[in-house]
Amino acid sequence: MSENGNGGGGLLQLTAKDFKSDQEVRWCPGCGDYAILASVQSFMPELGIPREKIVFVSGIGCSSRFPYYMQTYGMHSIHGRAPAIATGLSTSRPDLSVWVVTGDGDAMSIGGNHLIHALRRNVNLKILLFNNEIYGLTKGQYSPTSPVGKVGKSTPMGSIDRPFLPLSLALGAEATFVARSIDTDRKHLTEVLRTAAQHRGTALVEIYQNCNIYNDNAFDFVRDDKANRIYLEHGKPVRFGADGEKGVVIAEDGAAHVVDVATVGEAALHVHDAHADEPNHAFALSRLSYGAHGGTPIGVFRDIDRPSYDELLTEQLATAVARKGAGDLDALLGSVDTWDV
Amino acid sequence: MTKTVEQLDRVIIRFAGDSGDGMQLTGDRFTSETAVFGNDISTLPDFPAEIRAPAGSLPGVSGFQVHFADHDILTPGDYPDVLVAMNPAALKTNINDLPKGRTLIVNTDAFVQRNLDKAGYATNPLEDGSLADFQVHAVQITTMTIESVKGIEGITPREAERAKNMFALGLMCWLYGRPVQGTIDFINDKFSKRPEIAAGNIAAFKAGYAFGETSESFSVSYEIKPAKLRPGKYRQINGNSALVYGLVAASIKSGLPLFLGAYPITPASSILEELANFKNFGVRTFQAEDEIAAVGSALGAAFGGALGVTVSAGPGIVLKQEMIGLAIQLELPLVILDIQRAGPSTGMPTKPEQTDLFNVMYGRNGESPIPVIAASTPGQCFYAAIEAARIALTYRTPVFLLSDAYLANGAEPWLIPSMADIPEIPVEFTTKPNRDDGSFWPYLRDEVTLARPWAIPGTPGLEHRIGGIEKANGTGNISYDPDNHDLMTRLRAQKVAGIAGGIPELEVDSCDGARTLVLGWGSTYGPIGAAIKRVRADGLAVDQAHLHYLNPFPRNLGEVLRRYDKVLVPEMNLGQLLQLVRSQFLVDAVGYNRVRGVPFKASELADAITALVNA
Ligand SMILES: Cc1ncc(C[n+]2csc(CCOP(=O)(O)OP(=O)(O)O)c2C)c(N)n1
Ligand code: SF4
Ligand SMILES: [Mg+2]
Repeated sequence: MSENGNGGGGLLQLTAKDFKSDQEVRWCPGCGDYAILASVQSFMPELGIPREKIVFVSGIGCSSRFPYYMQTYGMHSIHGRAPAIATGLSTSRPDLSVWVVTGDGDAMSIGGNHLIHALRRNVNLKILLFNNEIYGLTKGQYSPTSPVGKVGKSTPMGSIDRPFLPLSLALGAEATFVARSIDTDRKHLTEVLRTAAQHRGTALVEIYQNCNIYNDNAFDFVRDDKANRIYLEHGKPVRFGADGEKGVVIAEDGAAHVVDVATVGEAALHVHDAHADEPNHAFALSRLSYGAHGGTPIGVFRDIDRPSYDELLTEQLATAVARKGAGDLDALLGSVDTWDV
Repeated sequence: MTKTVEQLDRVIIRFAGDSGDGMQLTGDRFTSETAVFGNDISTLPDFPAEIRAPAGSLPGVSGFQVHFADHDILTPGDYPDVLVAMNPAALKTNINDLPKGRTLIVNTDAFVQRNLDKAGYATNPLEDGSLADFQVHAVQITTMTIESVKGIEGITPREAERAKNMFALGLMCWLYGRPVQGTIDFINDKFSKRPEIAAGNIAAFKAGYAFGETSESFSVSYEIKPAKLRPGKYRQINGNSALVYGLVAASIKSGLPLFLGAYPITPASSILEELANFKNFGVRTFQAEDEIAAVGSALGAAFGGALGVTVSAGPGIVLKQEMIGLAIQLELPLVILDIQRAGPSTGMPTKPEQTDLFNVMYGRNGESPIPVIAASTPGQCFYAAIEAARIALTYRTPVFLLSDAYLANGAEPWLIPSMADIPEIPVEFTTKPNRDDGSFWPYLRDEVTLARPWAIPGTPGLEHRIGGIEKANGTGNISYDPDNHDLMTRLRAQKVAGIAGGIPELEVDSCDGARTLVLGWGSTYGPIGAAIKRVRADGLAVDQAHLHYLNPFPRNLGEVLRRYDKVLVPEMNLGQLLQLVRSQFLVDAVGYNRVRGVPFKASELADAITALVNA
């Protein structure tokens, strides 16, 4: 097991079943959350981390019920604040593997501030953002990721505010790891989780999650129509479509565009570099999913190496001891002007 | 000329000048010399919230009052004996506090038309006779400062002029027979990277001292003998530093690493800043993005087995309350320091008040009881922090500790405690299943304290989930059962109420035949004590008691209150403790309430007590 709580060994003989708690799962039948839970539970043994070293922290929302179903340590906290709580935990316990489960409202409305700051600090957290483009738990109001015009209980004439693209937001917030996957694509989701788990610092994984009660079929364009999935692979030209007939170029203005490969030629296609220092190409790719809902990239957009917050803080603590010696409060209290009575 | 030395038993000096004049530093240095000399001291820094209010303006005035004596004193004093006014604005804002006949030292160089205009003086008060009632020493402080640094290479005229506070300090040190070496060392240390500035400041300081010795303006200097305090090694301390040391002591005594999550806010910021220097004690400080994240991170750290602490003032405390509700529900230890300041909203950030009591008691949704303790003096803050941590860790609960802007910045001599004398805070993490069938129930309570087990991540076999949703007592599973919720609500209340069994009874400072009790809490301890001394000297029989525990109250409080015909509760709010004791004990207590953003004067409290006794 690695020291930074990210695992890496495979010696423990755990199975998916070992990660199922005794609590009855209470999402609506057909909810995408089930598939994600199953993927995570079956992926966890791979981490090689004993269950007691794993903690799931969530906010409030349907998705945030997640920790109850994991046979690990867990906290179901308050709306939007999971990244803040997890930051304190991860920073004071670098030996743990800390996961945050959050919804689109939880992460980007009420908790937007904590999300962006966790990302820029690169706290050692793996954040799973269940994006269903709706407020599920409060029964169907539009969310900060709902498309313009969304008709919901609080927007009878359609929403008028422009949504966030979670990955664009994360990239703007100096995130070091940004990825997207789909609830029903277990193979892909597992692969993304694997890469995220190994990442040094904060990994943000947006998971398209179907809310079949309040926002059914929101992701059919990519969930059902696999031809729209753009599987991002590091070092490979970005192509998609049933026969790879479509591709993505990054134009001179920096924007990503979908093109016919036959027209532009393979050499013109954008070659994905997940490890690029600058996030601008990842950002361009993150915006492809706006509006039209055609070709939509999934996979790892960005994965760069930067020291995590807890590493840097731990280092400062060690440096302080090296410089000043281990703390001695008696000596410190007497180190100023004193006098005897 | 020959100069005489007069003995005094106590003196109150107020330094006042522009924010840029270095009055806080001057006051601090005078206090340090005075403390080391062995006098008892009490200080009241009073500065604007603005970093640089317009120079020379009335709102830009910064003051520092220090009271020192050859005996035990309790307050920074009501009115100064000596006022040092560095400019017209400082004179204007402070002269009304100077009793007639007392000493006024003014920097005449600053009394130019521009400054007089800014202060709103139509005529120059140094010339129009309006200061005739005072012993005025008109001193060309700026001129003599600039003169004194002449010849020092590399010092700019602006830097030379800025040393004038050191001239004033030197003069005051001569006038009151203060030692000087500490200040010289301090200046050398502070400006070690700019030796020419150090030399300039020392030259100004010495010039001020020499001016006192030689000038005909000062025919008398004064001596105040050291005070007879409890024997031991002393230093001076302010409330925020004492809180910092107390938290670190609690971390050592509990064996838990300290984690502080905080967001800067006056007058609490220095706690974050100071604790950031304790990394070699294993202290982790986290400057969060807001107060919600600050308390959230501390709670997360507590879940992981740290001593989680957060600190703020009113506006930030309000933001933290939802998370504190979660901590109550999770039953995890957490220490929340509230350095109270005048409100509502932004209020007056640098001024003290006791107006957060109701907020910390009741400012959350649901029945959400929380222990509340309050510090009474700067030095006592140390012990209050340890006690807050002890209660939090023993009962697995968030705990509020109330201080305020007055305690935060005010200084007093402090008998340095020895770590060996501070009791351990025993903390045991649960490492084994707590049920016969080998299972672990996170809400199976300790029979005595009602605390639930603290099993931290990393403990094999005890994996469990907690959360804000109501839980079944024992198992901790989500429960909407009506009876269970009623039970849990009562258990949480009982747990907090039960803390009364583990805290000392309220002590009463009593005198024969008293029928009146003065009951206080927090930083009013000093002024109330000083007022009690005065009324007793006048022959009145009045008792005093001071609460350090506000929730739960000491178990004998009701019995104490019922012993008296009259109970006076002075508070820097509109009667919050007053309401609590009236409603809990059905006693006809009355309040003395002022919210002026300044500590009570002993004299006004003495008047209020006298009036009540005689009513
Ligand atoms: C402080 C606070 N405000 C509002 C709520 C009500 N609330 C609970 S969940 C939620 C939105 C959930 O939406 P999302 O985060 O997208 O999660 P989902 O249910 O869709 O998984 C809201 C508004 C709350 N619990 N707490
Ligand atoms: S409301 Fe939607 S998101 Fe919530 S459990 Fe039901 S289907 Fe899932
Ligand atoms: Mg949602």
